[in-house]
Amino acid sequence: MTSMNAQIVLIVAATLFALGLVGVLTRKNVIFMLLSIEIMLNAAGLAFIAAGAKWGQPDGQIMFLFILAMTASEVSVGLALVLQIQHQHKTMDVEKLAGLRDEEYNMMER
Amino acid sequence: MNLLFYLSASISIIATLMVITRYHPIHALLYLVVSFLSVAMVFLSLGAPFIAALEVIIYAGAIMVLFIFVVMMLNLGGDTALQEKHWLQPRIWLGPSLLVLVLLVELVILLIRGNTPAMEISVVDARKVSMALYGKYIIGVELTGFLLMAGIVGAAHIGKHQRKLLHRFLIEEVNAESSTTREELPRSVANMEE
Repeated sequence: MTSMNAQIVLIVAATLFALGLVGVLTRKNVIFMLLSIEIMLNAAGLAFIAAGAKWGQPDGQIMFLFILAMTASEVSVGLALVLQIQHQHKTMDVEKLAGLRDEEYNMMER
Repeated sequence: MNLLFYLSASISIIATLMVITRYHPIHALLYLVVSFLSVAMVFLSLGAPFIAALEVIIYAGAIMVLFIFVVMMLNLGGDTALQEKHWLQPRIWLGPSLLVLVLLVELVILLIRGNTPAMEISVVDARKVSMALYGKYIIGVELTGFLLMAGIVGAAHIGKHQRKLLHRFLIEEVNAESSTTREELPRSVANMEE
C-alpha cells in the first residue's frame, strides 16, 4: 500500500495532546476541562494507532478499544459529578470547589 | 492517501485549537465533533477502518451527545459565554501555553531526530482485530467489562439527587407545630436520619 513516515503521525498526536493540556491548564469551567481531557485521551489513542500501523499488527487498535471503554466510563462519572456540582454549589468554577466538605454539613454535625 | 492524511490532520489540529478557545460550550462541542471526524479520517488513512468507524460512532456520536445533554440540562448559554470571556484573559492563558509550547517543541525535536524508515501501511481489518481481542487479550475484555460496570454504578450513585435537606426541614416543621405525636417523633426522626 502507501508509505508514510511514522514521525509525522506522532507529531500530530503530540500536538493534539499539547492542545488538550493547554485546555486543562487554562480553563476554569469544569465542562471545558472534561472536553480537554477527551482531546488528550484521543491523542494518546492516535499514538497507539500509529504504532500499530507501523508494525502492521492489531495490538494498537486493541489498545485504542480499551482507551475508548475507559473514556466512556470516565465521561459518564465525570458528567454525573458535574451535575452534582451544579446542583449543590450552583457554579461551574473549579476554584469555588476548594473545600472538601460543605459548610452546612459541618454545622449540622456540630 | 498521503494527501488525505495531511488534510485531515491539519483540520483536526485547527478544530482542536478552536475547541480550546471558544467561549460558548455548544460551539466548542461542535468543533470537537469536527476534530473527532477528521481524526477518524486519519485512522482510515493509517489502515484502521474498524477503529475509524468506532471513533465516529462512539466519540463523535455517543460521548458528544452525552456532553450536549449535560449542557442542555444545566442551561449553559450566553451567561456562561460571558463568564468564560471574563475568565480567559491573556495573562491567565499565556504562561501555561508558553510552557506547554516549549514541551511540544522538545517532543517534536526528539521525534524528528530519530529517523526511522518509512512505514508500509497495510490495512488491518476488523477480523484480525477481533481474533486478537478474543484470543490473547480476553482478560483485558473482561476487565473492561468490570470497568464499564463500575462506571454505570458510579454514575447512577453520584447522579442521584440527595434530598436530605428537604427531610430535615420537614422534621423541623413537624417539631415546631406538633405536640400530640410526641412519642412517635423520635422514632421517625431516627428513621429519617438513617
